[in-house]
Amino acid sequence: MDVDQATQIDLFALAPELAVLGASLLVLLIELFLHGPRKRFVNPIAVLGVLVAFGFVVALWLDGAQRSSFGQMFVVDDYALAFKGFFLAVALFVLLISYRYFSEIRTFQGEYYFLMLAAFLGMMLMPSARDLVMLFIALELVSVPGFIMAGLRKFDLRSNEGAMKFFLFGVLSAAVLLFGLSIVYGFTGTTTLEGVAASLSAGEANPLLLAATLFVIAGFGFKVSAVPFHFWAPDTYEGAPIPVTAFLAVASKAAGFAGLLQVTFVAFEPLADVWAPVLGVVAILTMTLGNLTALTQTNMVRLLAYSSVAHAGYVLVPFAVVQPGDAALNADAFSAVLVYLFAYGAMNIGAFAVVIAVARRHPGRRVSDYAGLGQRSPGLAVALTTFLVSLGGIPPLVGFVAKLAVFFVAVEAGTTLGIVLAAAVAINTVISLVYYLRVARVVWMEEAPEPEPEPVQPGLALGFTVGGLAVVTVALFVLAPLLWGAADQAVLIASG
Amino acid sequence: MWEASALTITVFLPLVGAALITLIPKAKEEAAKPVALGVSLLAFLLSLAILAGYYLGPPGGEGLAYQLRVDWIPVIDASYHVAIDGISLPLFVLSYLLTFLCAVYTFHHLEEPGRPKAFLSLMLLLQTGMAGTFVAFDLVLFFVFWELVLVPMYFMIGIWGGPRREYAAVKFFLYTLFGSVFMLVAFIALYFAGPGTFDIVALQQAGAAGEFGLTFQRLAFLGIFLGLAVKVPMWPFHTWLPDAHTEAPTVGSVLLAGILLKMGTYGFVRIALPILPDAAVEYAPIIGALAVIAILYGALCCLAQTDLKRLIAFSSVGHMGFVMLGIATLTPVGVNAAIFGMIAHGIITGMLFFAVGSIKERYHSRAIADIGGGVLQTMPRMGAVLTFVAIASLGLPPLPGFWGEVVALYAAFNPAEALVDAGFLTFFRVLMVLGAIGTVLTAGYFLNMLQKVTMGTAPARWREADLSDVSAIEWGAWSPLLVMTVAIGLVPVLVFGITDPAVSAVLTALGA
Repeated sequence: MDVDQATQIDLFALAPELAVLGASLLVLLIELFLHGPRKRFVNPIAVLGVLVAFGFVVALWLDGAQRSSFGQMFVVDDYALAFKGFFLAVALFVLLISYRYFSEIRTFQGEYYFLMLAAFLGMMLMPSARDLVMLFIALELVSVPGFIMAGLRKFDLRSNEGAMKFFLFGVLSAAVLLFGLSIVYGFTGTTTLEGVAASLSAGEANPLLLAATLFVIAGFGFKVSAVPFHFWAPDTYEGAPIPVTAFLAVASKAAGFAGLLQVTFVAFEPLADVWAPVLGVVAILTMTLGNLTALTQTNMVRLLAYSSVAHAGYVLVPFAVVQPGDAALNADAFSAVLVYLFAYGAMNIGAFAVVIAVARRHPGRRVSDYAGLGQRSPGLAVALTTFLVSLGGIPPLVGFVAKLAVFFVAVEAGTTLGIVLAAAVAINTVISLVYYLRVARVVWMEEAPEPEPEPVQPGLALGFTVGGLAVVTVALFVLAPLLWGAADQAVLIASG
Repeated sequence: MWEASALTITVFLPLVGAALITLIPKAKEEAAKPVALGVSLLAFLLSLAILAGYYLGPPGGEGLAYQLRVDWIPVIDASYHVAIDGISLPLFVLSYLLTFLCAVYTFHHLEEPGRPKAFLSLMLLLQTGMAGTFVAFDLVLFFVFWELVLVPMYFMIGIWGGPRREYAAVKFFLYTLFGSVFMLVAFIALYFAGPGTFDIVALQQAGAAGEFGLTFQRLAFLGIFLGLAVKVPMWPFHTWLPDAHTEAPTVGSVLLAGILLKMGTYGFVRIALPILPDAAVEYAPIIGALAVIAILYGALCCLAQTDLKRLIAFSSVGHMGFVMLGIATLTPVGVNAAIFGMIAHGIITGMLFFAVGSIKERYHSRAIADIGGGVLQTMPRMGAVLTFVAIASLGLPPLPGFWGEVVALYAAFNPAEALVDAGFLTFFRVLMVLGAIGTVLTAGYFLNMLQKVTMGTAPARWREADLSDVSAIEWGAWSPLLVMTVAIGLVPVLVFGITDPAVSAVLTALGA
């Protein structure tokens, strides 16, 4: 691309990102001038920034035109807007569940909110990136703040260990990803996603090129904590502050999937018959291992961590049925991934919000701490049960819609792999219910230890998050056509 | 207006009631009982209005009525399609009757730890799931209602159940879920192999027109079979049932036996047979054989039981075996017998669980040995009720248990043409003979139970315990069931008259 084109900037297209960027800098600056407990007021500033960015996303959506900046590196279309809206909604809830948690810890508030917003800036760039270099930048912008945030509980050895593992794995996978990207560039001579696709479908499939695509996929596999790149996840999740865990399990994972979607469905689509079966095997391993390991967990956060590994396996299923050139099937697979991610975001943040609320009374985060919660705090208990049952994919909750979408494309593909994947998801659903129901059983059927702990006081922000997401979890089931329709609108696949 | 919205209002009214109950403050928890009673009575009356309208209105007792079809998820052509016909109508009304009677019964007794608010809202939620299953004419919607019953029943067993409640609750949930996820996959396969819709009516037409290939039908039938067979439950998928029934609170057992089991057999009649007729012919002998094994196995297990509730639970396995045998014949006679059997079993076994629950409540034990006989002495009216329903259940003519069993056996003597052509005539007649032996064993274990429980001399501690006989509330909850037992036994056409035209319509794909 020439210089004129590359420097043309459409400010309206960039407005949501600029709003988040501005808010992040403002937070860092203002925190310096606040003292003691007043430092917590940086949270509303961050929330405000997110809301403004959300307003810009809505405005761009109403505007409807496809916009781009920096040549074709940064594109705003339905797909990008859908993801940006989703990320901003997630950001809002993550900020709400952070408020009380960090104002009680009283450390690094300005830094935390700055890092969080920076990570979300990376996420918002991700779905707009239509260039391998841009994708890499976005991915690192998500990862690097994550490394630091995971270690924010400096006083806790587990937090140190988790952050260290996360960092080492992250750097290694970034290197692998870059290595793969450089080989792809060497073969195709371009870094735009469309250009790579065009070049791949024209040329012969070289073994080295196939290896390079797998390197790239492995790089994203780390981000979404797919087996065998998942080893960091449980330790990091357990050690990190719980809002950061929610962020890693939902937002950062969804960003990884957004990048993976663009790379696989657009750039590497012509090579789908190579990477799709690989991802199929990865999907089965991920969901099975995640669920089986979650069965034995007694720590609530670790349980949710392994559960989120398993969910990554379900999201990988639609990737595995992609076939080169079959636009109808690929479009359905694409929209299934979106449906799953959006549904997963609502119910999983909800579950973490309840964990944060309960952790204020029970810092040990053991599953047994939840005994008798149904008596002490019936509202929280109902919400937690709703989120867990929804994660299990039982109607009438949004988790069922997500599972339905995954089953739908697996059967639609009609291949042996598709059927095997459908059966694997079916069996894993049953396994996952074992541990989700175990928590529900502790909540409702076990007596609280003596002396009975005080009822949990979630506070306004957390209470709003829990209640709101519980309503969303039910409402998005009834309004499944909206969710699914939006996902269908946002499909982005190689034209032709 | 009423025509289109009647089913929706009636199905979701209990859900609204459940929401209302959760708003009752904890201090006034007892107020949940009259609210639940009012809601379930109103819902029951609405279901009766639908029943009356079905006869007096435009369809005049045939075909689908009260249809409503609204697009739900257009991307996959899943719709909110509800309707009712002669097959679902009796089960639909029965579900409302039993829920209403359960609401009455909770005034008399609710198991530990009480908490009527939570219990009754779960019960009403369950009602929406049960009723919805019988009126859903879209596979996705059917599946949603089908799974909707799992969560409330899980908590009903798990919180209010007996000593092994948690184990029983999880087992119930996981077994049913395991079957039904495969059923869901089969449903989606039907979508792609057929006309690209989840609408049951359209899929039935496609099935009748032979749109599905034989290999596909075999696989899809297997998936659907797994889901339904666990629910029925058919031998060897039945092991969750004795645990769940035994540990469940009385109301839970009544609804589980009375309605939930019928969802499985209903699914065979509504979905599996008409949509996959060729596979149905291939699977029928297997289903028949499993059904007869269930009959004999259930009866033999009953003979060995020392726990009163567990005995009734195993008797359900046998009775559902007769229902499945009727379905396996693939004839209108057999399927009519099956639906009659479902209604009869729903009323009688529901009543049996009420009676056994009340006995357990007074004796604080379910063990036959603890009761030690002589219920007719300690509580003459209770003993009489138990004797009556036990005899109704063992199939003494002219009580309803008899009609369901004997007509199913008769149908097995003359199975469908397609089965005869495939050389299974002798096979089904052997099944008939074995099933007939099962009826004798059934009579054996029920009489054995009556002898040990109701007759003889009561142990001194129970004679002195001054046990209270059937209370006014219990009479209120039970008398409708007792009256219906006599009524549909004496006039079986009350049920056969409703079901027959609808069964013939559904079985057209099988050339009946």
